[in-house]
Amino acid sequence: MIAGISIYEILTVTSILFFIGVYGFITRTNLISILMSVELILNASIINFVVINKYLYPDVFQGVFFSIFIIAVAAAETALAVAIIINLYRQISSVEVKDTEIMKY
Amino acid sequence: MEKIIFYILAIIIIVFAIASVTSRKMLRSVIYLLFVLCGIAGIYFLIDYNFLAAIQLTVYAGGIIVLIIFSVLLVHHIEMELEDIKTSKKILVGLASLLGLGVFLTTIYAYNFPVIENSNSIDMDTIGLGLLSYEAGGFILPFEVISVLLLAAMIGAIVIAKGTKIATSDKPKGKSLEKN
Repeated sequence: MIAGISIYEILTVTSILFFIGVYGFITRTNLISILMSVELILNASIINFVVINKYLYPDVFQGVFFSIFIIAVAAAETALAVAIIINLYRQISSVEVKDTEIMKY
Repeated sequence: MEKIIFYILAIIIIVFAIASVTSRKMLRSVIYLLFVLCGIAGIYFLIDYNFLAAIQLTVYAGGIIVLIIFSVLLVHHIEMELEDIKTSKKILVGLASLLGLGVFLTTIYAYNFPVIENSNSIDMDTIGLGLLSYEAGGFILPFEVISVLLLAAMIGAIVIAKGTKIATSDKPKGKSLEKN
């Protein structure tokens, strides 16, 4: 527990972070920026897991384990997404969303 | 004292997150994301989950950010600016986000969380034993699944990024390919 900080304040911060991520996800038109917004959303959810574990169920550590798994999945996702983006850039010389209009090649 | 540190971290996280999704300089927005991730690691340090903070710093700040910076530098040149978005779209999406935030916050503040006062921490032994235990509540199965997933992602990333030399030398290297 953080002395003097209630769970409501931390959940407020993570909610704001989540919706900043949603805002970026919708308004950005660049594939890498969209990837970064997804990272923001994932991070907000990870903090929620950890904080709820710490404040409500301090005797078990399920939230910490799930956070580790989420971080691993996020790392795999980023590596694949960057590979796809670079391959796409070699094919069509652009990473804008509006230029990617076909699935194959 | 911890209260002040938490508020400073919260302000850092929110301000740099907003800067990260609104900045039009690509590389700067990645660096703002780095500050956000470091602030989140600070929150983990504050609630005494040191191992998680270390993971956050190494995997996110050390790995993912470097990967994204590499891809930005491979794809753009440094001073590249993103194109401007229509103001009407910005306002609309901003309002929708604020609406969703309002719903979230009213739900959170209406619920009475049964908080337990504690100062528990978690040490490396517990994490390692929990990940490898196949008793009830152990995490051996997801751990193995994650290891296979990471291997598959690694091979897939190599195959995709290596690619085959594209047979598009006859096609114009224009903005977009023509539809076949």
